[in-house]
Amino acid sequence: MAQDRDNVTRGPGAPAVRLVGIRKAFGGVDVLRNVDLVFRQGDIHGIVGENGAGKSTVGKIAGGYYSASDGSLEVFGERPAVWDPVAALSRGVAIMHQELQIVPHLTVAQNVFLGIEHTFGGFLRRNEAARFAAIAHSCGFDLDPDVPAHRLSVADQQKIEIMRAVAREARVVVMDEPTASLTANEIARLHATMRRLRAMGRTVIYVSHFLEDILETCDRITIMRDGAVVRTSDARDETKATLVSGMLGRSAAEVAYPPRPETADRAAPPFLKVVGLSAPGIRDIALQIYPGEIVGLAGLVGSGRTEIARAIFGADRATGGQVFLRGRPYDARSPERSVLRGIAMVPEDRRKQGLTMTQPVRGNMTLLGLSRFVRLGLLRRAPEVAETRRLIGHFGIHPAQVDGDISTYSGGNQQKALIGKWILNDPDVVILDEPTRGVDLGARRRIHDAVTELARAGKAVLVISSDIDEVLGLSHRAYLVRRGRIAGEVRPDHTDKDRVLRHLFQTEDTSDAERETA
Amino acid sequence: MTPSTLTGPKPALPRPAAGAVLRFVQRNAVAIVIVLLMIALSSLSPSFLTARNLLNILNQNAPLAIMAAAMTMVVICGGFDLSVGAMFAVCGVSAAWVAVNVDPVLGLLAAPVVGLALGLFNGLVVSYLSIHSFLATLATAMVFRGIAILVTGGTLIPVRDAAFTWLGRGTIGSVHIAILVLVVAVGLLMVLLNGTVFGRHVYAVGGNEEASILSGIRTRRIRTLTFVLSGLAAGLAAAIAVSRVSMGNAGIAVGMELEVIAAVIIGGTSIYGGKGAIWRSVAGVYMLALINNGFNILNIDPFFKEVTTGLVILAAVAISATARQK
Repeated sequence: MAQDRDNVTRGPGAPAVRLVGIRKAFGGVDVLRNVDLVFRQGDIHGIVGENGAGKSTVGKIAGGYYSASDGSLEVFGERPAVWDPVAALSRGVAIMHQELQIVPHLTVAQNVFLGIEHTFGGFLRRNEAARFAAIAHSCGFDLDPDVPAHRLSVADQQKIEIMRAVAREARVVVMDEPTASLTANEIARLHATMRRLRAMGRTVIYVSHFLEDILETCDRITIMRDGAVVRTSDARDETKATLVSGMLGRSAAEVAYPPRPETADRAAPPFLKVVGLSAPGIRDIALQIYPGEIVGLAGLVGSGRTEIARAIFGADRATGGQVFLRGRPYDARSPERSVLRGIAMVPEDRRKQGLTMTQPVRGNMTLLGLSRFVRLGLLRRAPEVAETRRLIGHFGIHPAQVDGDISTYSGGNQQKALIGKWILNDPDVVILDEPTRGVDLGARRRIHDAVTELARAGKAVLVISSDIDEVLGLSHRAYLVRRGRIAGEVRPDHTDKDRVLRHLFQTEDTSDAERETA
Repeated sequence: MTPSTLTGPKPALPRPAAGAVLRFVQRNAVAIVIVLLMIALSSLSPSFLTARNLLNILNQNAPLAIMAAAMTMVVICGGFDLSVGAMFAVCGVSAAWVAVNVDPVLGLLAAPVVGLALGLFNGLVVSYLSIHSFLATLATAMVFRGIAILVTGGTLIPVRDAAFTWLGRGTIGSVHIAILVLVVAVGLLMVLLNGTVFGRHVYAVGGNEEASILSGIRTRRIRTLTFVLSGLAAGLAAAIAVSRVSMGNAGIAVGMELEVIAAVIIGGTSIYGGKGAIWRSVAGVYMLALINNGFNILNIDPFFKEVTTGLVILAAVAISATARQK
C-alpha cells in the first residue's frame, strides 16, 4: 500500500509521524498541552520525563491507542481521518504496551499472526513455519513457534510483540516502558533489536524513565515536563545531567537522597525483631529494627525480600520462627492483626495489591482508618474529606482532588496515595516494598523524604528495593538477602555499592555449598 | 495544511462540554430513560399519570425492588446470587406454613428469618469453600427449591387470615404498607452501603480483593454478609408477596433471580464489582415496571412487551458499556 506514495515522504530523515498542536485531556484535566513533535524515519526516538509529564500519553497517541482531544497528526505525510489502533496498524504504526497484549494459551506463532492469519477459504493454513522463520530471522530472535506464550519469560513475550509488529510490516513501533521488568541482559538484547529495526529503516519510539538506556540507544531525545515538550535534541548533545535538569526544571544536584535522621535509639528495645523466620522461599531469617531506624533489604529479584515482608506482615503463613513487636511475641499473624498492631506494609504492586482502582482517592487513602470517622455507626464525611485533603497536601498528590479517579493518576501520584493510605493510621513499623518502582523523579524524592520523616517520627522502617542505590542511600543498616537467607549486614555509610553487588551476585557454587552445610 | 481534528472510537470527545454531557448521559442512563418513559406514557394515556396508577406500580414491584437493592451489594462485592428466586419460594412457603400451623404474625416473621439463614448458608459456601458465587448459588438454588417443595408437600398452602394479609394488601391512607416497607428497607440498605465502614469494605473487596486482604479487611466476612443481606431481602420480599396472594406456593418466582440481576445491571452497577449504587438497581426495577405498565394501559399486544423489554435492557447495558471504555 506504500508503493504509490510520494518519494518525499520516504527514506531516512523524512517525518514518519508528526504531531501538531496536540492536546489531550482525561476527565477535564489536560495531560498534554500543545505538543509539536516529529518522529523521523529510521530514528530511535527517546521520550523522557517524570511520570505524569505526559511521555506515555505522547507514545500512546502516536501509536493510535489514544486519540487526541485537539490538534492534528500526520503519518507518512497523510492525515488519517480516524486514528485508533486498527487505523494505526493499517498505516504501519504499532504500539507495544507496558502490559503486554499476549493471549497466554496460544502459541508463539499464533500470537505473532493473531488477526493476520493466512487462511484458505476461511480455514487456517496449518503451516506458517516459513513465514514465522522469516520474521524471526529479520528480528534476530530464536523463539520456538509452537510453545504456548504463557510459558515464556516477559522478555520473550516482548519479542512476540515485536515480531507481531514486524509481521504487520509496521514501520513505526512505539515501545512504552519496555524494560521495566527485564534483566540487564534482556535489556541489552531489546536494545539490539531496536537497532536492528532502525537498520531496516523503521522508526522506534522509545518511552522510558531509564535515562542511561535512552542515552545509549536513541538518536534523538524529547524531554517532556508537565504535559509539554521541553526540547527535542540529538542524543549526543545530552547527558544524564542535562536530561534530569530538563525533566525537573532544576539541577540534578537536588536529586540526591535526603540526609538520614540521627542514628536510632539503640537503648530502647527493637520495635520489630524477627528470629529464625521461615516460610516458602525464605529460611531462618533474623533481623531487628529499632525505633527511628531505616533498615534496608537488598537483594536480587526473587531472592526472597518480598517473602520476608509478607511473612512478617502475616500475608503468607510462616513455617517457623518468631516475630516480636516491642519485645512481645506476635504469633498467629494476619494482615488484619498486623494493621491493628501498627504494622504497615506498602506492597510492591500498587495496581494489583495496593489500590482499588474503582474507588476514588479518598476511598483508597482512608480505607485503613475508617473507624476514626465513625460516630453512632455512621461514617462522617467531613473529617474524612479533611484527612484526605491533608494527606494529599502532605504528599503533593496531583491532581489534588479528594474524589479524583485514581486510575487516571500517574504512577508517582498513585504511589504517594498508596503510602499515604498506609501511614494514615500512624503505624509503628512501616514496611515499604519497592516504594519507587515506576515512579518519576519528583515523586521519588518526595517518597524518600517521607521515609526519613517516618524514621524521624520514631518509626521502624523497612525498605525493600531492587535499586541498590536506593537501599544504600536511605537506610542506616541494610541486610543482604540471597536465596531466601540473610547473607550479611552492611552499614551503607561504610560500604560501597560494588561490594554489595559482588556479595549479592556471589557465584552459585558458594550458595550450593552453603545449602549443603545448612 | 489545515490541521484536521483527530477522532477515534475510544474517547471520541471533541470538546470537553460535549464530553461532560455524554458522561452524564452514560452515568444516568437509567434515570433518563425513566423520565422519558414517564413523559411518553403521560402523553399517550390519561390514566398513566395518576397517583393511583403510580402507587400501584410502586406497590406491585416492591418485593422485586427490595431484592434488587440487596443484590446490588452482592454484585458490588464481586458476587452474584442466583438463588434469590428459590430463597423467595422457601421463605414464602415457610411463612404460609407457620401462619397456618403456628401463628399468622409469626408466619410473616418466619420469612425474613429463614431468608437470613439461607443467605448465611450461601455466604459461607461462597466465602469459605471458595466456590465462585455463580456456581455456588446455582447449586444452592436447586437445594432451596427442593426444600420449598418438601415444605408444601407439593400442594398450595392457602392462608386466609387478616393478621397475615395486611402486609401485602394493607394501606395507610392511600399508600400501601408494602411501599413503606420498601422505602424503609431500601433506605437502610443505602445507609449501610454508603454510610458505614461495612459498606466501604464492600466496595473495596469488590474492587480489589487482594488489596483488601492486605489492608486487613476480613474479606470473607464481608462477602458472607452481602449474601446474608440478599437472603434477608428475599425473605422480606417473600413475606410481602405471600401475604398479598395469601397463598404459599413452592413453584413461584422461577426465574425471578434473572429479573433481579437484570435490574441491577440496567441500573449501571458493574458486574465486575467495585462500582455501583442501590438507587440504580431500584430505578432499574421501575424502569422495567414502567415499560410493563405502559403496555398494559395502552393495550398493546403482549408479544411486543417481551421484545421491547429485551431491547431496552440491551440499550441500557450498551450505554453503560461505552462508559466503561476509556
